[in-house]
Amino acid sequence: MADVNRGNRPLSPHLSIYRPQLTSVSSIMVRITGIASLGLALLVVWWLLAAATSAGSFTVIDGLLRSWFGSLVLLGATWALWYHMLGRLRHVIWDFGYLVQVEVSNKMGLGMFIGATVLTAITALVV
Amino acid sequence: MRYLTDRKRAEGLGASGSGTHHHWQMMVSSILLVPLVPLFIFTFGYGLGGTHEEVLAYFGRPFPALVMALSLIVITLHVMHEAKAAIEDYMHGVAGKLTLIFATAFSYTLIAAGLFAIARIAL
Repeated sequence: MADVNRGNRPLSPHLSIYRPQLTSVSSIMVRITGIASLGLALLVVWWLLAAATSAGSFTVIDGLLRSWFGSLVLLGATWALWYHMLGRLRHVIWDFGYLVQVEVSNKMGLGMFIGATVLTAITALVV
Repeated sequence: MRYLTDRKRAEGLGASGSGTHHHWQMMVSSILLVPLVPLFIFTFGYGLGGTHEEVLAYFGRPFPALVMALSLIVITLHVMHEAKAAIEDYMHGVAGKLTLIFATAFSYTLIAAGLFAIARIAL
């Protein structure tokens, strides 16, 4: 039975044919910020390992992270981490069966961008 | 081929493999992110900016050391699964398999190195 029409079935349309929407863009950003957080983990571990090793190696990475460029990278990473947390929270809410309506999902997507930005601003002010 | 039943041919492929486990794993770590991400951001942010001695003293205290260790394990494993899902989606064949192995090795190396550093500072 399953051998009928093998290899000649319609394929699911992929990303490129859809118009970008708030739901899809906010979801793709969850994935991108998640992978970017792996890069942040590398910087944090490097910094910790240098601190545990010697004053000399600590000065190098600490200076790098506290330079204007390092601060910019850390600010971006902070936004990514906040955004990813909010985005994953949205997935959890969906998976429990709540707030799955399109309008509500759109509002949550917008809320993730605004929320991450506000939380990053608070972080920059407090830290 | 035709002697195999449809079920036999489909078993172990796609979502019937370990999808349920992966999904539940992501649910759990996603919920864990909610307390851990704020704890990590403010703990690390507070630790960053001091002299070498201040940093050693700060992460030598139990609370910052525990927050950093927990965050390193939970957040790194979560983003490892995130990266692996992306690799499975967009890379295939030998390149995909090797990249998956690299992502796993990279993540566990980060966790081991980070835990070693925290232990060395705190103990």
